[in-house]
Amino acid sequence: MASIKTKIGRRAFIKNTSLASGGLVLGFSFLNSCKPKQVAEMAVQEMPKEWFEINGYLKIGDNGLVTILSPNPEIGQNVRTSMPMIVADELEIDWKDVLVEQAPLNTDLYSWQVAGGSRSISSSWQSLRMAGATARQMLKEAAAKAWQVPVGEISAVAGKLTHEVSGNSAGYGDMASAASQIAVPEEVDLKERSEFSIIGTSRKNVDGRKIVTGQPLFGLDVQREGMLIATLAHPPAFGMQLKSFDADSAKQMPGIKDVFSLKIYDDDFKRSAFHHTAFNEVIVVLGESTWQVMQAKKALKVEWENAPEVSVGMSMFGNEMKVNFPAGLENSTNHRLKMEELNARKGKVVRKDGNPEAAFKNASKVIERSYSAPFLAHNTMEPMNFFANVTDDHAELLGPTQTPEWMEPAIAERLGLPIEKVDIMMTRQGGGFGRRLYGHFMVEVAAISQKVKAPVKLVYSREDDMSQGIYRPSYYATYRAALDADNNLTALHVKTGGIPESPLFANRFPAGALDNYLAEDWTIESNITTGAFRAPRSNFIAGAEQSFLDEVAEAAGKDPIELRLELLKRAQENPVGERNDYDAARYAGVLELVKEKSNWESGNQGMNRGVSAYFCHDSYVAQVLDIAMEKDKPVVQKVTTAIDCGIVINPDAATNLAEGGVVDGIGHAMYSAITFKDGAPEQKNFDKYRLIRHSEAPKSIETHFVQNDIDPTGLGEPPFPPIMGALANALYKATGQRHYHQPFITEKQVLG
Amino acid sequence: MATFNLNINGETKEIDVDPSTPMLWVLRDHIKLVGTKYGCGIAQCGACTIHLGDNAVRSCQLPVSAVGEQEITTIEGLSENGDHPVQKAWLEIDVPQCGYCQAGQIMTASALLKRNPHPSDTEIETAMNGNICRCGTYTRIKKAVKTAAES
Ligand code: FES
Ligand code: FES
Repeated sequence: MASIKTKIGRRAFIKNTSLASGGLVLGFSFLNSCKPKQVAEMAVQEMPKEWFEINGYLKIGDNGLVTILSPNPEIGQNVRTSMPMIVADELEIDWKDVLVEQAPLNTDLYSWQVAGGSRSISSSWQSLRMAGATARQMLKEAAAKAWQVPVGEISAVAGKLTHEVSGNSAGYGDMASAASQIAVPEEVDLKERSEFSIIGTSRKNVDGRKIVTGQPLFGLDVQREGMLIATLAHPPAFGMQLKSFDADSAKQMPGIKDVFSLKIYDDDFKRSAFHHTAFNEVIVVLGESTWQVMQAKKALKVEWENAPEVSVGMSMFGNEMKVNFPAGLENSTNHRLKMEELNARKGKVVRKDGNPEAAFKNASKVIERSYSAPFLAHNTMEPMNFFANVTDDHAELLGPTQTPEWMEPAIAERLGLPIEKVDIMMTRQGGGFGRRLYGHFMVEVAAISQKVKAPVKLVYSREDDMSQGIYRPSYYATYRAALDADNNLTALHVKTGGIPESPLFANRFPAGALDNYLAEDWTIESNITTGAFRAPRSNFIAGAEQSFLDEVAEAAGKDPIELRLELLKRAQENPVGERNDYDAARYAGVLELVKEKSNWESGNQGMNRGVSAYFCHDSYVAQVLDIAMEKDKPVVQKVTTAIDCGIVINPDAATNLAEGGVVDGIGHAMYSAITFKDGAPEQKNFDKYRLIRHSEAPKSIETHFVQNDIDPTGLGEPPFPPIMGALANALYKATGQRHYHQPFITEKQVLG
Repeated sequence: MATFNLNINGETKEIDVDPSTPMLWVLRDHIKLVGTKYGCGIAQCGACTIHLGDNAVRSCQLPVSAVGEQEITTIEGLSENGDHPVQKAWLEIDVPQCGYCQAGQIMTASALLKRNPHPSDTEIETAMNGNICRCGTYTRIKKAVKTAAES
């Protein structure tokens, strides 16, 4: 067994706080009514008469039932099941005796209560295990004390404590009260990997039954006595602001309580990039019901005007910076021209190995290709919304957010309340994809509730949501490759940029595998706000790079997997440069696995096959995508995915997430775009913004995980970026046409 | 404002709303049945799907005044104990990711199976094409529909 100091634990575990019972019940009172039924259906014994809090992560009932608090936001990545699984495994409890509750935001107790960077599991892996192991140890100590035997002789298995020599045994419930009084141990033993009994086994979504029976779970489902509904009118275009408005007729409409303008932040408000909004002054329509406020909003008479250039001071993980938002109404056609123009100039050199100029001069073949991708809206299925009830000395917020801990200071500052008077509770969330990292809507609803002195739920319509900004940036890249007379790849040059950020990862593969390598980038300012979108930057550059490598392999007359493996062998055995940020052996490992599982070597089997592989969020993914032509239309038949993300907590749920990444990647590469005319997004709902649908999804998806003992790494994002390359490469095989510019549908191919 | 007597999940509900109010908001805001979801409001996403009689309809496009005597079934009323074959299949295949679209998917799927108990893959795709799943659970949905069809 591995011993681990509970250093973090001593600070993190506050015993017998009222938090788990008090805070949670308050926040989620609307769920209480369905609890007893849910428990009965889980075929578990009665609810306990008393709960004993062992530490901030779990409490044990007098009948042995255990409640585990899941600290992180649940956006569909299934952490509400997988995080408690980790605690339960170390605790040594039968999974059927576990109830799961959402923990409220508590930065003293939990680390990284953020759904971002695919880090939920990896950043809490140790603390979750420690929470379970600490509780197990305290139960053992309580039993040792009761039975007057050495603690080392007591075993804890599946919720039962046993002392073989004396024949004593007891359930966790019997010892829970005594255990809650035991001092937190200085050091605890973690299980060996081979001893895991829950981790690595598939467990169903703990909210599954509530989801399929339509129970209230999501932010939009929050109902409170006396609650009002608010909706916002924001400028129709980026680069515009509110001039004046006439709300007389809107105010006369049924159910409408008030209409007023609201400034979100003062000019000198200290904000982080996660607080920002493009539209700092909006019109609030407040009423009794959602339909009523949506109708009244249409009756507003508003004058908008052009906004000046603004420069906003922002902090990003401790770095202070000024971000410039230029004046003007932007257009997609100009965006494209500007990107092409900048990409034709010299960029900022980010990495240079060897002598790429000479290699290109001496090349016998040079391949050059350019790629681009449009702005995208996250379009979480559940639009932005949040509930707030702000009184003179307290603020209660409840709803869907990926970053409660980063929003709390901004809310406190905006309300003029001390931070400990702001309580944030998370609901289950109808998707995240990065959009809910940016919580301006929490500040908005808190400010509205404070002003009107009432509980308020803020609701964005789909149109509001899609036209508010925080888009995936638009990107452009040119790749060049030099081949010598023997078709060896002698140099690679990537130049890339975007609006407003560059997607370059200069130290990722194929850097390190080539003697001559040049990476440059550039950026273009814009007043259109952007934000992290599932696998930021990777979600474009992976597809571009992996499509380009396919063309290089073809020009060199090599199998595309073999070309990659050769490069990775070089990177492993004799890497160029010091700063390569990937593990070439694990990279090659997923390619080998996908090669085997897709029967790559047994030929194309009547399919048009494309391959791709990428590394991001500390994980490695390789994919093979098969297309068959049906009545002259390419149809994606099958995708085979190989993933190395270390230990997999919940394999079937992890598979589900990887399948989602595949469908998501095909969909966005193929169909989706936000374009702009005079600053206004031209797509505001799903009639114009196309998302992938049932008939366009692959007919089957197969997912394989590399089996190893490495601590878990990211999974939510990594399967998403590479599939775009595999798709483009398979489409080429199927139709003879290469695809460079997303969405591919505009390049005249149609997926069946 | 006008008074309507609606037959929802086998119970009669009396409500007083503007006749143009879509059933989606009547259900969610007035009757407090929030299982039916808002996704687009323009009949494009299927999140708001309910049954009107035996047909799957988009409740965001169904004004309360058009319902009359017809029976409405929502996800909450699809079965008494969450044991409709489609719900059971959804749990068995563990379909949901975020779960937000799934009530709509289940209502469309259950209406499909009622009128066509053994649909082909193409028939499933066609029937389900109006229901977006942003998380991309389409392959599992298809598997679950087939599982339900077999049961
Ligand atoms: S909300 Fe009715 S179809 Fe989208
Ligand atoms: S499960 Fe998230 S939208 Fe379908």
